[in-house]
Amino acid sequence: MATQHSRLAARFMVAPSVGFLFVWMIVPLVTTVYFSFLVYNLLHPERQGWAGFDNYYYFLTDRAFLTAVWHSVALVVGVLCITVVGGILLALLLNLPFWGQGVVRVLVIAPFFVMPTVSALVWKNMFMNPVNGMFAHIAKGLGLQPYDFLGHAPMLSIIGIVSWEWLPFATLILLTALQSLDSEQQEAAEMDGANWMNRFIYLTLPHLTRAITVVILIQTIFLLSIYAEIAVTTGGGPASTTITYLVAQQSLYGNDVGGASAGGIVAVILANIVAVFVMRMIGKNLDA
Amino acid sequence: MARKSSTPAKVVVTAAAWGIGFLIFFPILWTILMSFHTEGDAIKSPFEMLTSPWNFDSYAEVQTRSNYSLHFFNSVVISVGSTLLALVIAIPAAWAMAFVPGKRTKDLLMWMLSTKMMPAVGVLIPMYLGFKNMGLLDTRTGLVGVMTLINLPIVVWMLYTYFKEIPGEILEAARMDGASLRSEILYVLTPMALPGIASTLLLNVILAWNEAFWTLQLTTHDAAPLTQFIASYSSPEGLFYAKLSAASTMAIAPILILGWFSQKQLVRGLTFGAVK
Repeated sequence: MATQHSRLAARFMVAPSVGFLFVWMIVPLVTTVYFSFLVYNLLHPERQGWAGFDNYYYFLTDRAFLTAVWHSVALVVGVLCITVVGGILLALLLNLPFWGQGVVRVLVIAPFFVMPTVSALVWKNMFMNPVNGMFAHIAKGLGLQPYDFLGHAPMLSIIGIVSWEWLPFATLILLTALQSLDSEQQEAAEMDGANWMNRFIYLTLPHLTRAITVVILIQTIFLLSIYAEIAVTTGGGPASTTITYLVAQQSLYGNDVGGASAGGIVAVILANIVAVFVMRMIGKNLDA
Repeated sequence: MARKSSTPAKVVVTAAAWGIGFLIFFPILWTILMSFHTEGDAIKSPFEMLTSPWNFDSYAEVQTRSNYSLHFFNSVVISVGSTLLALVIAIPAAWAMAFVPGKRTKDLLMWMLSTKMMPAVGVLIPMYLGFKNMGLLDTRTGLVGVMTLINLPIVVWMLYTYFKEIPGEILEAARMDGASLRSEILYVLTPMALPGIASTLLLNVILAWNEAFWTLQLTTHDAAPLTQFIASYSSPEGLFYAKLSAASTMAIAPILILGWFSQKQLVRGLTFGAVK
């Protein structure tokens, strides 16, 4: 029943959103691309002109770049493994009948609502601090030497903190998916003699596939842009700088605008490679 | 039909679930507990801290030594302001896409989502320089603008998935019955759309409240929301555990409460309707 008239009205209704987003996406991005091909250093305003691909060359051949890519991969893959496996186990447990389900759900989901700067600082000081942290007190109580988590294993510690933030999200999504599992099918399989292992592999896991994909893809978007957790715990440093953090540091505290812009564009390209998969997946689910 | 389970099994599951729930919640609980003790007691061993006298001193100190209420106010203005603004822009768009879908509606939705995937660092330099030139650095206005644009794709998407579930026939029925456009909007559409709009509002206020990239980059003090204020504790002077605990507790309490109400919508909203 969509008439010519209502189509026109619809276009007017959509226009502001599209317009704002278009400007927001295109203007800064084009500016960054432009800067990335310039010789643009705040310390040397007299040097000007085109840099060609020099900025990219220097950024990509910098040893810090490869290390940062490796840290980004470690962070994303590490957190994904912990939260997906942990989330499945936790969702299976919480889906069983027990007393106080509502309260436990509330407790488990809580870390997701804690702002990143708070969770990172609480873990850094109250738990991982080698002198006054909870872990140090426990180690001393057991007669062990306290371990300096962020000092000796910064990347692993950050992966731990971020996993704590995202485990609730994975659990909640997977639990929601589990609750739509057909219980009669499960019982039929049980009567046919399938043990819990077989039921899990052949019934539960296939049912969860879509939810697991969604968890992986959505978390990847957020994990690639992790910034605050690194800023307040280690402040970067050679052992915990990810690609996002590296570019942000160069953008704000360096003077080489051209070089930092090239870094930004590299980050955009890397993220887009990941994004292609995300768009495909969500696009499929849109039809369903 | 509920699955049968014996009482002993239920006891074991209850114990395990509560145990794990407690462990996951423990860092938050510990922060809240620590906020009621003095700085000197906060660095003692856990048992000594718990048995030391309880008081509200840290809360008072956070208020007097820093302008806590300013940062709280900034957080409220930025998260609520940007969400309301995004709703005003997004409601007509989501409405049109849900009820008058064209050939390109799906592509348009995908494109909107793709803007969300562009890493912020890719546009940090022009945004920073632009904000500097326009005098928008460390202003609430500037931050509300950025947060509106950041959340706009999610707001459009969430509203779209909610609006799509409203049956279009009901509108035609109302029209057949002689309802005017005004009463159609007022008595038929609004009541059906409100729950979806409310959930969208709730989830996006939470996301904006906790956003910690642009808020850290574009503010220093005057417009700094709680994310930035808490981050200032990463390079503190002297003992600060109790003060950090008190400040953290106040920063997360409102959102924890809102969040617990929004659990169900959270799954839908964050998975763009793919998991319900």
